[in-house]
Amino acid sequence: MFSKLQSFAGGIYPPHRKHLTENRKIEICKAPDVVTIPLQQHIGAPCEALVKKGDQVKLGQKIGQPLGFVSAPVHSSVSGVVQSIEMVDLPNGSRCSAIVIQNDGKDTPDESLRHGNVEDLSGEELKNIVMEAGIVGMGGACFPTHVKLSPPEGKKIDLIILNGAECEPYLTSDHRLMLEYPDDIIYGMKTIMKILGVSQGCIGIEDNKPDAIETMKAAAKNEKNIKVIGLRTKYPQGAEKQLIYAITGRQVPSGGLPIDIGVEVNNVGTAVAIARAVRTGLPLYQKMVTVSGEAVKEPKNLLVRLGTSFREVIDCCGGWTEEPAKVICGGPIMGTAQHTLDIPVTKGTSGILLFSEKEAAQSDPSNCIRCARCISVCPIHLLPLNISAQSLRGNYDETEKLHALDCIECGSCSFICPASRPLLQSILVAKKEIIASRKQKAQANKQAENSDNR
Amino acid sequence: MLQQLLLPVLSLGGLSFLFGAGLSLASKKFEVAKDSRIDAVREALPGANCGACGYPGCDGLAAAIVEGRAPISACTVGGSPVAAKVGSIMGVEAEVMQKMVARVLCQGDCDQAIDKYRYRGIANCVAASMLADGQKGCSYGCLGLGTCERVCPFDAIHVNQKGIAVVDKEKCTACNKCVVACPKNVIELIPTSSEVQVTCNSRDKGKDVKAYCKVGCIGCRICVKACPFDAMSFNHNLAKIDYEKCTNCRVCAEKCPTHAIYADFSEKIEQPV
Repeated sequence: MFSKLQSFAGGIYPPHRKHLTENRKIEICKAPDVVTIPLQQHIGAPCEALVKKGDQVKLGQKIGQPLGFVSAPVHSSVSGVVQSIEMVDLPNGSRCSAIVIQNDGKDTPDESLRHGNVEDLSGEELKNIVMEAGIVGMGGACFPTHVKLSPPEGKKIDLIILNGAECEPYLTSDHRLMLEYPDDIIYGMKTIMKILGVSQGCIGIEDNKPDAIETMKAAAKNEKNIKVIGLRTKYPQGAEKQLIYAITGRQVPSGGLPIDIGVEVNNVGTAVAIARAVRTGLPLYQKMVTVSGEAVKEPKNLLVRLGTSFREVIDCCGGWTEEPAKVICGGPIMGTAQHTLDIPVTKGTSGILLFSEKEAAQSDPSNCIRCARCISVCPIHLLPLNISAQSLRGNYDETEKLHALDCIECGSCSFICPASRPLLQSILVAKKEIIASRKQKAQANKQAENSDNR
Repeated sequence: MLQQLLLPVLSLGGLSFLFGAGLSLASKKFEVAKDSRIDAVREALPGANCGACGYPGCDGLAAAIVEGRAPISACTVGGSPVAAKVGSIMGVEAEVMQKMVARVLCQGDCDQAIDKYRYRGIANCVAASMLADGQKGCSYGCLGLGTCERVCPFDAIHVNQKGIAVVDKEKCTACNKCVVACPKNVIELIPTSSEVQVTCNSRDKGKDVKAYCKVGCIGCRICVKACPFDAMSFNHNLAKIDYEKCTNCRVCAEKCPTHAIYADFSEKIEQPV
């Protein structure tokens, strides 16, 4: 069917392991008795709580007001009473304050919810809906979508790409969305195109999901300017820069954004969220989560209310067959291992994986044999072994010269390394140190300027 | 024979004399005046080239001091004696500096504190702290992966067998490198003269501290009440000693129920109370 499949140079071919959940229909996870809604579920400034202990809240009510433009509001995912505001652990390892709400089980919707139709509303009004609905990038990065939909003056966008690659093993939530809600995806796509005034749209899907490609093609039959493109199954096909290159052949410059080359990428999950917000006025209050792994009793694709604890989501899948050796939030490659199950599902939780002892097995690192496999798989053509070696020695200035900051953290290098070197982890440390030292330098410059002015 | 030998010797000798004379003339004529004090200050500095002052080595600092870009007491490693020497070269009176020493504000080793997960990865506290604030149950404590050990130019800080960094008081020069490198901000410079330290960094409430550490500050405030010199204060559930007021009487350390306040009782001196 696809004689010449598009892709990028480099990349790896990990086992898909998607068979556990790919044929399971989306189920709705039981709303928990208590939800814990963190005030920061996105990249950018945290929110300020709008409610206090004892307040009555409704389903979809805004309970966190963003502080700053690069931020997104948070909403209640149940109706009930605010129990407390406390500090909680987040799946990404950080901590932030969260609003704990006791669910009354009535799901009384908030009356202030506005909705409409993509044809009747102007681009600005649609963008406002997206912003008020608290929609963020559902691919996992959680960048506020309304910021993406507000390109700076002078930047011209000519193509919108919807990312349906879902290249991480195990995860099937985007796959199921494409099979079950293709119309929402097209609707969301049309909304984004209208907001940005762009006439061309593409949906990129890896060819290990032929049914999704077929379904999306059928859904987009009447839309002349929306194309569905099959992509070669390869990790990290769903990474923004690799996806753009595979579809358009354009390269995002180092340190730049897709907008610099006239492209805008959104996840199919984001498109569904946008479509629902526009159609029903309901904000983003639930998230598609794939619960999978060999240790889980019934792997499922669940629609989970934000703020449900991992423990309850796992209970909804019948618990586990054996004590999991590792619990991961997100995909097995880019996700984060968790030390507790008492953490809430946030807007960025795309999967909860329970690994058995066998699946979680890892070999100990040995010396680098300079085979250069990490170099050949790096999708942005870095030298992971050299960056890692310099980072481990603490020479962070050298890692900056080796363009460590361009690393997209896909982990292909660590996956392929026959010596199990901690390549990605050491590169992450280098990135952190480079950014810290840049901040320090900027601060020192500022102080010097201030003292000069005096 | 003689001629064959003489001719090259004379011509080469003559040429080298000419060039030598030219070079020496040029060096006189184009001489760049160098402040002789730079060398003198350089001699006075310790010569460790640790970079703690923020300048590229002792040469860099010497030039900066002479040019007036850095204070004469910029070398924390040398402390007062070096500042005095530099001051006499520069003709400035040096103030008496308090000698400082680094101190790790955590005693929660593997016997005393629990871990929340098993960390597998590179031995770097920065890397571990990126994963849910590190493996330690306490999110303020020493992770013991040796980031400080590797930056110390004086071999003065080491992670002990039980996974806590410990400063060697004799070797530490208070260069501040470990303080900057520690991602947990658990290392602090304190006056060498101080015999008593609050050896805990946790800002959590007492109940939470007790859950993960046996030797943490639980915020009971017994030390505040016990201190006869009003030197103890509380900030974010953590005791803090005002070293200006502290007289090393060790009463707080005696009273502290979790021994989060550390003092060396072998050298205890009787204080009039």
